[in-house]
Amino acid sequence: MLIQQLVNGLTLGAIYSLIALGYTLVYGILTMINFAHSEVLMLGAFMALGLAALLPAVFGTGLVGLAGMFVLSMAGAGLINVIIERFAYRPLRHISRLAPLISAIGVSIILQNGVFIWISTQSLRFPEPVAIDQVNVLGATISSLQIIILAAALLLMGILHFFVEHTKLGKAMRACSDDIQTAGLMGINPDYIIALTFFVGGALGGAAGVLYGMNYGSIKYNLGFLPGAKAFTAAVLGGIGNIRGAVLGGFILGFLEVLASGYIPNGAQWRDVIAFTVLIIVLLVRPSGLLGEKIAEKV
Amino acid sequence: MKKLLDWRWTPWVALALAAAFPFISAAIDAQYLVRVGGVIGLFMILGLGLNFTLGYAGLFDLGFIAFYAIGAYTTAIAMRAGVPAPAALILAVLVSLTIRALLGLTILRLRGDYLAVVTMGFGEIARLTINNLDALTNGPKGLQLAPWRPLSFISSDPNVQYYLLILAAVAAGVAASSRLEDSRVGRAWIAIREDEIAARLSGIPVRHYKLLAFTISAAFAGLAGGLFAQWEQFVTPESFVFWESILVVSIVVLGGMGSIAGVLVGALVLVGFPPIMQWKLSADWINYRYLFFGLILVLVTLFRPQGILPSSRREAELTS
Repeated sequence: MLIQQLVNGLTLGAIYSLIALGYTLVYGILTMINFAHSEVLMLGAFMALGLAALLPAVFGTGLVGLAGMFVLSMAGAGLINVIIERFAYRPLRHISRLAPLISAIGVSIILQNGVFIWISTQSLRFPEPVAIDQVNVLGATISSLQIIILAAALLLMGILHFFVEHTKLGKAMRACSDDIQTAGLMGINPDYIIALTFFVGGALGGAAGVLYGMNYGSIKYNLGFLPGAKAFTAAVLGGIGNIRGAVLGGFILGFLEVLASGYIPNGAQWRDVIAFTVLIIVLLVRPSGLLGEKIAEKV
Repeated sequence: MKKLLDWRWTPWVALALAAAFPFISAAIDAQYLVRVGGVIGLFMILGLGLNFTLGYAGLFDLGFIAFYAIGAYTTAIAMRAGVPAPAALILAVLVSLTIRALLGLTILRLRGDYLAVVTMGFGEIARLTINNLDALTNGPKGLQLAPWRPLSFISSDPNVQYYLLILAAVAAGVAASSRLEDSRVGRAWIAIREDEIAARLSGIPVRHYKLLAFTISAAFAGLAGGLFAQWEQFVTPESFVFWESILVVSIVVLGGMGSIAGVLVGALVLVGFPPIMQWKLSADWINYRYLFFGLILVLVTLFRPQGILPSSRREAELTS
């Protein structure tokens, strides 16, 4: 029972971590909450659904088709995030801290209701990517789907780590996150790096959307809100702006939620309350998160 | 003639027109407009309330509808327990104020976007708690109330009665807002909004004033919630979803943060427009309602960040 719960927590945590990375990357550079991130994740899932119908003709079924669907949905989600940044956030960057947040909420409403009106108001079935087997490990049943989700998430996190730590562009991203003005003086184009960050964050969010669709088997126009809000909690928990913190926070939240719904009476009803309560407690007790550093107030 | 056109008279003319509205609509056989008017009024009260937090003190609140819900449920539960309706309204205001003050004491030291997310979290916690606490709130099935007809000597139509009651509450809210805005307290709020650190250094007890603005907001929401419950005679958690909070934020942003007239116009446009569109164009229009709110939020922040009817103070802030 416990092992089963841990495996479920690991799967859920992997999805939260991927979403949380999108929040944390953007926050690290612009210190703004990309409120529309949950909609990017939802659009990623819908693109994957569309591609799942189209792609078998191109790539065939099986692992190649699956990978193709994944990569294209990620690129699409990343691109949407870049477009949002260009038109809804960039003009407001120097006005006030509140303005981009309001605009982000507006974008989020537009995207969600756009899908609601023009695509579907109902839950759509998300196709099974591969035939699902059940494996017995130490008394827990693990489906091959959970293994795929976990493997894909870990692979993406590994790629992100390599990109941020070992490439020139990653170095430029870190420089902008430390001090965007100085980075500009050193010959880095901040607008380009910000767009890149939105692309990477959006792509990870899109991947999370696809994994979410696989995990639950159906998608809906409003699927982004709850995982988005919870992943933000995860990012804050780990220390917003901190990449390792986002991953850690995502897994902690995933475990907390699964354990709470498994072991507290009526826990399943209260699982969403738990995430938000954790958020409030963390912000009150340790606003900088588990791995975050304390940022001095700028005058 | 010059005296008659004085802007000073505008609020009174508007009030008189609004009070005559139900009788005019009865004359032209369009009573359903009274209902729309009542709902607009409720959102005017909510907007005036949020204006204290978002407009004057500059604190972002994305869970404001939770206090509307608390007001509505307090009224419903109290009236079902046999408390007289006016007392239930007062109780609704008091309970909202208390919970808001306790919340403010804990979360107000957070800044900007963190505050936004925590209030959003609180809004969801409140809704989910109402939804899950079957013993007290009857869960998703909702609570039914006995009817209360406060103004039956004016009209037999309950919609007209509640319209007038809500109108009176709006007028009282406007009067209270403008008195507070011009007071020492109001100036302190605006100082905090413009530059919190400078305000603190000038000797303004920032935390104290923030808490005051935050708490006063809830009195408006609690009152609106109570009136809503008594009018509808039915409350369910469905009425208090996250998007309703966003609607109230949109009203304040569209009208002009910190501007009383702006909030009233914002509510009139955002809440009045969809039903009129639905009636004039097609029933499908109601689906486009939120898309329209989203577009308004984005376009207003991009092209007219001060709102439709900004306060002169706020306009100076944004253009400096």
